[in-house]
Amino acid sequence: MFTAQQYVKAATLEEAYTLNQKRNNVVIGGGCWMKMNHRRYQTLIDLSGLGLDIIEETPEEFVLGAMVTLRQMETDEALKNTFGNGFYEMTRHIVGVQFRNCATLGGSLYSRFGFSDILTFLLALDCEVELAHAGRLPLAEYAQMPYDRDILAKVHILKNGRRAAYESFRQTATDIPVLTCAASVLNDTLRVVVGARPMRAICMEFPFPETEEAMEEICRKVQETVSFGSNLRGSGEYRRRLAGVLCRRAICSLKEDAVC
Amino acid sequence: MLITVTINGKKYSDDITPDLVLLDYLRQKGCYSVKRGCETSNCGLCTVHLDGKPILSCSYLAARADGHAVTTLEGLQEEAAEFGAFLADQGGEQCGFCSPGFIMNVLAMVRELKNPTEAEIQEYLSGNLCRCTGYQSQLRAVKNYLAHKQEVQP
Repeated sequence: MFTAQQYVKAATLEEAYTLNQKRNNVVIGGGCWMKMNHRRYQTLIDLSGLGLDIIEETPEEFVLGAMVTLRQMETDEALKNTFGNGFYEMTRHIVGVQFRNCATLGGSLYSRFGFSDILTFLLALDCEVELAHAGRLPLAEYAQMPYDRDILAKVHILKNGRRAAYESFRQTATDIPVLTCAASVLNDTLRVVVGARPMRAICMEFPFPETEEAMEEICRKVQETVSFGSNLRGSGEYRRRLAGVLCRRAICSLKEDAVC
Repeated sequence: MLITVTINGKKYSDDITPDLVLLDYLRQKGCYSVKRGCETSNCGLCTVHLDGKPILSCSYLAARADGHAVTTLEGLQEEAAEFGAFLADQGGEQCGFCSPGFIMNVLAMVRELKNPTEAEIQEYLSGNLCRCTGYQSQLRAVKNYLAHKQEVQP
């Protein structure tokens, strides 16, 4: 468990940003992962007083605050009505309800975990992150950026009719995934995202496959193009095999219906 | 830093360190039902309700609970005893160490889900690990308890 000298519940995002410029200060999201480290912080910066725990819907987009919990995303009716079961599938395997009531969207995305279910699925949608100082930028760009001292305040998800499906594979229920895969389609363009490689999730786009052969070809390309690593949950070669399976399942879900 | 937290209906104001987790704070207040288990946010032993929602008190800073209401098993003794009887009937508690956290999550589930299916029960309770029972006796106990609740309050 980390230690800290001070705790500040920020009154404004600007205050939080200013505090976060000091090297020994840190923004605390849900704290579930952070508690595993043993660092000594000067100041913990809490964003929970900034009204960032709300899911807002406008005609064009959803705006999710950084302090929205994984459980909120899992159970939100408006997200379900728009994106089907995607948000539910993305979150339901993550530890347990109690954990998902603590862990936050901001904490998950800022950390850009190599095993992240959240990052994998959101990359399949059309998302932008809103940072306190840098403003809005595409999630795909943010996902590749090195860690900096800006603060992730909100996530904007475009409502453009994109359909998405999510698949993950775990050795045991509630464990960290061995591999995650999301697929989405918009205007006959297929986007495939592979995560838990166990590196940060990666995106690729293809023409939407109309035939079985075309689908198999895409799965093969994903297996050949993406780099996979080994860790205690699985070897790189095992993940490569698995990528083909999950990719096929996700594309099948898109073909079968509608929204998965 | 000074916090004010309502624990089981009673208000407490205390000066705490910023890195104190809710679990330790609650145990300092005599809530010994709240157990320290894995400390990796996995086992569910430390489950308490924060404003009615189940959370992991080992991962939640006491500072963040300032101004909120926390309920532990000590605050739900009647309901806990009622469900505990079903758990005992099915041999669903053996060493009993996971029982407080498990019961807290079952009670949260009962409030949140209407007539949950077996799959929904298993999914809701998947964050509570038990190394003794193999979960089947617990599942039977939960189903019997829900059936009983239906009979009593249809």
